[in-house]
Amino acid sequence: MSIEIKNVAKRFGGFVALDDVSVSIPSGQLTALLGPSGGGKSTLLRIIAGLERADSGRVEIEGLDATDLPPQKRNVGFVFQHYAAFKHLSVHRNVAFGLEIRKRPKAEIRSRVEELLALVHLEQFADRLPSQLSGGQRQRMALARALAVQPTVLLLDEPFGALDAKVRKELREWLRRLHDEVHVTTVFVTHDQEEALEVADEIVVINEGRVEQIGSPDDLYDQPANDFVMRFLGPVTQLGDRLVRPHDLQIHTGAPDPADVTGRITRITRIGFEIRAEITTSDQIVTVTLTRNEFLSLNVEAGSTVQVRVAPQIHAGSATGNRSEILRAT
Amino acid sequence: MLWFSLLVLIPLTAVIVTASGNGWVEFWRAVTNEQTAAAIQLTVGTAFLVTLVNIVMGTMIAWVLVRDERFFGKRALEVLIDIPFALPTIVAGLVLLSLYGPDSPLGVNIANTRVAVFLAFLFVTLPFVVRTVQPVLTELDREAEEAAASLGASRFTIFRRIILPSLTPAIAAGAALSFARGVSEYGSLVLLSGNLPMRTEVTSVRILSSIENDNLESAAAVAAVLLAISFVVIVAVDVIQRRVVRRG
Ligand SMILES: Nc1ncnc2c1ncn2[C@@H]1O[C@H](COP(=O)(O)OP(=O)(O)OP(=O)(O)O)[C@@H](O)[C@H]1O
Ligand SMILES: [Mg+2]
Repeated sequence: MSIEIKNVAKRFGGFVALDDVSVSIPSGQLTALLGPSGGGKSTLLRIIAGLERADSGRVEIEGLDATDLPPQKRNVGFVFQHYAAFKHLSVHRNVAFGLEIRKRPKAEIRSRVEELLALVHLEQFADRLPSQLSGGQRQRMALARALAVQPTVLLLDEPFGALDAKVRKELREWLRRLHDEVHVTTVFVTHDQEEALEVADEIVVINEGRVEQIGSPDDLYDQPANDFVMRFLGPVTQLGDRLVRPHDLQIHTGAPDPADVTGRITRITRIGFEIRAEITTSDQIVTVTLTRNEFLSLNVEAGSTVQVRVAPQIHAGSATGNRSEILRAT
Repeated sequence: MLWFSLLVLIPLTAVIVTASGNGWVEFWRAVTNEQTAAAIQLTVGTAFLVTLVNIVMGTMIAWVLVRDERFFGKRALEVLIDIPFALPTIVAGLVLLSLYGPDSPLGVNIANTRVAVFLAFLFVTLPFVVRTVQPVLTELDREAEEAAASLGASRFTIFRRIILPSLTPAIAAGAALSFARGVSEYGSLVLLSGNLPMRTEVTSVRILSSIENDNLESAAAVAAVLLAISFVVIVAVDVIQRRVVRRG
């Protein structure tokens, strides 16, 4: 394990930001810290980097107890949401900074910086100031700067959070490819579940200062440990007292089965290839999503009476939110 | 541009025209007059020294005001800093005289010495660097400092390579203001310095006495020299500032 976080707690005044958090982050993987705003993700990342001190608990990086080490000695690369560029230095010198601190020979610095700028596709911008770059370019510069010192772990705090949706999508795919090339243990914070599901090898869900679940994107999506994770990772709807994903529901117009719930379609919305049907049962409004073809083959319209049921072999949580079933991940 | 001309260029030209009214020789005689030269030397030298002190102290005070969270006299200091701005200079002079004059309650008598000139300059120029640096320091990107720290930079290196280059333009602006203010200071020092020719007489006093003696050309000549010096200093400050920023 590359990063071991053991029983870390952190308060800001009376406010508990992290409450007895334990996480193991495997070497060489891309791990996402996912959770709602204010959940404590940045705090945890900053504690790993040594930018914040835990009130209690320990942090180990590559087997070395880093709990009492200052950020300078931890050899972590940190990338901030708002770039944290050295505004008065050129792109080249920004990237060179860590190497200059380490007093590497000039020639070595030059060739290493050129190599990194090529890696992040900024070769032609070496002499510009950060203010002359776009947000995405600035963030790639920040990434090159962090990678320059060959960090043991790379920590990214919502690296694409300040960018527009399209650039964000491009950059996260690019980050995935970069990671497959560089293979440095990487932890990145996001509150965008799609980003985490798409990019990460492993996801740590953090909410209100606690770890809700740790697992692969598939685990989390298919076997959420609790309602919170289920709700956070994707759309949900309620059928009877079960919490399910709208695309895990089926509709048919045949004779009602004992497991079926009868309802009337009250609204049909089309979003690209996806059809979203709102079905009003005797006591609920249930949302079902299905593909266009499935929908057309049903031959129904608003006002039709249909049967709804959960597709076989689908996990569904209890909508009453039974907290005792939370997997306390360690 | 017109506005600038009316406000600045025309009076400046007038000074230079008056200064050269009696020809080059007279101009030269006026500024090399022993007493005048001594006054210029004292004024410029002291203003220079005071500016250096302000660069260091002003930056430190601004630092404490912005960064030191526990410093508890902060509010009081905030108010105190502006007193030299708020006080009419002659009142400042009076305060200095009663504090450091012959009847000093502190037992410190610096009346009629060059120290008095230094102190008066220091008093009136104190706020400049503090007030120019403070807002810049408040706006500084703390995360850039954290980034530097995780890249291995020590606190000192972070200050020198990340913080200082960002502050330098503000420090330079404050230093230029402080120098200019020092050179032109009159009110706060006339009472305490005694205006002794060759010893504690500053140029503003010298100019005034020239005018009182109906020697307008001589006064303008001194003013023109001060103008030239201030200009050189401001340009020099700018050059140094750019260099510090670029070196990072
Ligand atoms: N320096 C601080 N002083 C006081 N409270 C803080 C400080 N830093 C964080 N907090 C509080 O701790 C909680 C967790 O903050 P944190 O920044 O870790 O959340 P986050 O999960 O990163 O959220 P976001 O997605 O919005 O960035 C928040 O409620 C925040 O207000
Ligand atoms: Mg955050």
